Amino acid sequence: MSSACSLLHLAEADDREFKMGDYEAAVARWCPGCGDHSVLTAVQRLLTEEQLKPEDTVFVSGIGCSSRFPHYMKTYGFHGTHGRALPISTGIKLNRPDLEVFAVMGDGDCVSIGAGHWVHAIRYNIDMVALLLDNNIYGLTKMQTSPTTPQGQKSNTQPQGSWLPPMNPLSVTLGVTNASFVAQTVEWVPSHLFATLKEAFHHKGFSFVRILQRCPAYLPKLFEDAITDPERIELLVHPDGVEAKDLEGVYKDRVYHDPTDIDAARRFAEDQSKVRIGVYFRDESRPRYEETRHLPTLTAEEKLSVLDQEFDRYAV
Amino acid sequence: METKLPIVGADASGGKGSPKGRQITQAKMSTVEIVSDPGEGAQKCAQIFGAISAKMGNGVWTVEIIPAEIQPPPRLPAGASGNRIRIGSVPVTNWGDRSKVVVALNDQVLLARHRLDALEDDAIVLIENMWKDHTDEDIRQQWVDAMEEVSDRNYRIIEIPMEEECLKIVDNPRRGKNMWVLGLLCYLYDRDLELAAAQIADTFRKKAQEITDRNVELLNAGFSWAAENLGFGFEVRPIGDDRPHVVMNGNEALAMGAVASGMDLAAMYPITPATSVSHHLGEEFLKFGGLLHQAEDEIAAAGVAIGASWSGKCAFTITSGPGLALKTEFIGLAIMTEIPLVVVDVQRGGPSTGLPTKVEQSDLLAALYGQPGDAPRVVIAPATIEECFYSMITARKIAEAFRTVVMVLSDANLATGVSPFPRPELDPSWVAAPPDLSPIPEGLRPYDWDPQTGLSRRFIPGSPGGMHTLTGLAHDEGSKVAYDSEINQRASAMRSRKLAVFQSTLKPPSVNGPEEGDMLVVGWGSTKGAIEEAVEEAREEGLSVSNLHLTFLSPLEPGLKEIFSRFKKVVTIEINYSDEPDDPYITPENRRLGQLAWLLRAHILVDVDCWTRVLGEPLRPGAILNAIREKMPEGGVS
Ligand SMILES: Cc1ncc(C[n+]2csc(CCOP(=O)(O)OP(=O)(O)O)c2C)c(N)n1
Ligand code: SF4
Ligand SMILES: [Mg+2]
Repeated sequence: MSSACSLLHLAEADDREFKMGDYEAAVARWCPGCGDHSVLTAVQRLLTEEQLKPEDTVFVSGIGCSSRFPHYMKTYGFHGTHGRALPISTGIKLNRPDLEVFAVMGDGDCVSIGAGHWVHAIRYNIDMVALLLDNNIYGLTKMQTSPTTPQGQKSNTQPQGSWLPPMNPLSVTLGVTNASFVAQTVEWVPSHLFATLKEAFHHKGFSFVRILQRCPAYLPKLFEDAITDPERIELLVHPDGVEAKDLEGVYKDRVYHDPTDIDAARRFAEDQSKVRIGVYFRDESRPRYEETRHLPTLTAEEKLSVLDQEFDRYAV
Repeated sequence: METKLPIVGADASGGKGSPKGRQITQAKMSTVEIVSDPGEGAQKCAQIFGAISAKMGNGVWTVEIIPAEIQPPPRLPAGASGNRIRIGSVPVTNWGDRSKVVVALNDQVLLARHRLDALEDDAIVLIENMWKDHTDEDIRQQWVDAMEEVSDRNYRIIEIPMEEECLKIVDNPRRGKNMWVLGLLCYLYDRDLELAAAQIADTFRKKAQEITDRNVELLNAGFSWAAENLGFGFEVRPIGDDRPHVVMNGNEALAMGAVASGMDLAAMYPITPATSVSHHLGEEFLKFGGLLHQAEDEIAAAGVAIGASWSGKCAFTITSGPGLALKTEFIGLAIMTEIPLVVVDVQRGGPSTGLPTKVEQSDLLAALYGQPGDAPRVVIAPATIEECFYSMITARKIAEAFRTVVMVLSDANLATGVSPFPRPELDPSWVAAPPDLSPIPEGLRPYDWDPQTGLSRRFIPGSPGGMHTLTGLAHDEGSKVAYDSEINQRASAMRSRKLAVFQSTLKPPSVNGPEEGDMLVVGWGSTKGAIEEAVEEAREEGLSVSNLHLTFLSPLEPGLKEIFSRFKKVVTIEINYSDEPDDPYITPENRRLGQLAWLLRAHILVDVDCWTRVLGEPLRPGAILNAIREKMPEGGVS
């Protein structure tokens, strides 16, 4: 997604300057230590850096802890229904390509109930940013198994532990024809999170970012390894992806990965031996669905005169 | 030809006049059917016949006869495909009862119509005779059996060597016989051959000229054959309405209405019988700069329409029963968040997959009450093809003015019926204005409900100063999540109030017939024409009956209680299921009623009775007339 100037108003020079605080609405009410807080901060920083007009920016979400996100942004927001953030976003972008749209979803939201929409949104490749806040659990409804819950992890619905191996949102996304931007980051490394969001925002097409997110309330130990042991993390670095130079000292495991290489991207996604963060895949040449949308340019009178000609075909 | 071919039980001696001085029957209405195996072009023949008739100033109603199976083998009753065309010297508002004339391209498709009781007792059957002496013995036997089966009626069966005649012109009469039949019908109904040729040319305009030429040759041949061999015909005078007319089906009218309303984004997922709306829109939108979005499912279609509507001009979604079920949660969201949205439901038989191609009016209560939670919305039901057009314009206006969901209930009868109506005089005020993105004045909130009316200004993304987060959670005037009991009560009242305010703008419905009497028949949706025809017939029989037809089902049109009080009895007539009062176990207390009857009872507190059928076909005026006779209050039967 790249910032487009508003076509419809404020054609005259707009000399407003937006500060972080201009994007802050209500005080976020997630649990202390919840990873959603870091994502919110990174996003507000991004908007500030990009100087997005609050009135031309829309955050759409489903239902879940993570889906409270729009309420904390001083932009337009649409807190929709569970699993359906993407169809709503699609409708917004089709009608108003001038708006910047971000969809924020939980793992239940995106990978379970909204999975059908997710797969198709990847294929539509509409120019927007989709954030999957993946805490591997259902937070809002109090600790039920999610499709991304690790095998063996106990929950309130599977007290014996999750039966099945988790679904891998990255390999699913990379498997969908017409995927155009796939990245993974973690919310506890703010500079990487921010750099990834920035790349996603500047990509023209559907930018899918999976953000591993801590839920101290229900899975306090989940990412402990990855947080405490830098060797668990591998950085995918590239000038067309995230370079993460500032993290050189912390994460030694760096792989130079060209994001145009989809086969390598798929291999990296499949291999679970490391938590691999960075831009997996990127291709701006993929067709975007909104390009089929011809915005009407006719006045009411012109429209009706075309319609009148149409009626000739039915005239008796 | 006809006198040579008497068939068991059939009366073939009716045509007395010589081929030149033929016997003409004058008719106010006449119903003719063309049936064949799929792929033989019966529908094309009928469409052209209907179009010529409309052009000649007749009232016309054309309806498709759709095969029960998708790819049936040839010569099977389940494969019967074609059209029924009812033409009149008055406007024709419905498909009628049974057909007077049927052209059948084989004996099996004739059987299909016979078994459905689609033909009058003395119908004229014009049947292809090639099967009678077919080389295949089984086919010959089937012919004999079929003739035996239909012999309990007094059909006048005329065998016609269609194949043989067409072979004089084309090598493969399977393609082309339909135009020969068209010629024959043009003779029978005295249609203008030049008009017919022009219509053929228009139909095949995208094909090579020689196709048109050959079809016109077939047309002329069929006409001449009939002139030499059939000693009868029908005269159906023009209505004498010289206003310009257009002719289309209800789905085309919905699509044109959508365009005229200024809506330019439709989201849908294919489902019969709603799909063809999207076929027309797909084409229309290319010319106007709109978009038809085929979503991954009906839920997504509703979501896309909602996202589009919220961010600008009102959008709409089109579906049928199963799809409506899937849209349930999103419709609730649109109502809760007061996003304008038009939802079109072209009803078919249900529940579940039901009868995909057949008409029913069983979605009324789902349309009204399908959402968990209190979810007031407007429901309107066009009664005619013309109203399909205007209903979209009205729906868009109401949706935007009242920030609400408007459901439009059409059905398979309107969707597939083709009939002329006066050409609309297009009015720029129909077209939605571009969204208002002006800055939001300081202090104004996204749900600043007027305490009297519940109305408030829409905040559209792009409007400076209007930033807020819309939510399906209970919320206050500022769109802030609010679990406060007082706020929930107030917000519910505000969403509900809008319906009452809207209702205050409506006029009481008019009664067709005397303003008081023994019985009032109440209907809604596509049954209007058939009900009116039956009620008028009943009055000619001396029965004291009037009818009233509702366009608005939510809110109900005003004044009903007062109107109902002037009749001894009120009966709804609907195409949905109700228990028969004298069925086993059925008592007045447990009897399940027609859906409008439930609604009227609940709102008007009147003991409304109902007569409903779910036969998978439009109601026949004759059947309604019988029902009226039966339902008349005591002493009413003449
Ligand atoms: C149709 C529907 N089904 C179920 C729910 C209940 N529900 C709300 S959020 C949620 C799951 C939340 O998990 P996730 O999407 O991972 O978000 P998180 O809370 O973890 O951020 C469920 C099941 C609902 N609101 N709507
Ligand atoms: S329950 Fe988990 S996901 Fe939800 S707010 Fe608390 S920590 Fe965050
Ligand atoms: Mg979750």
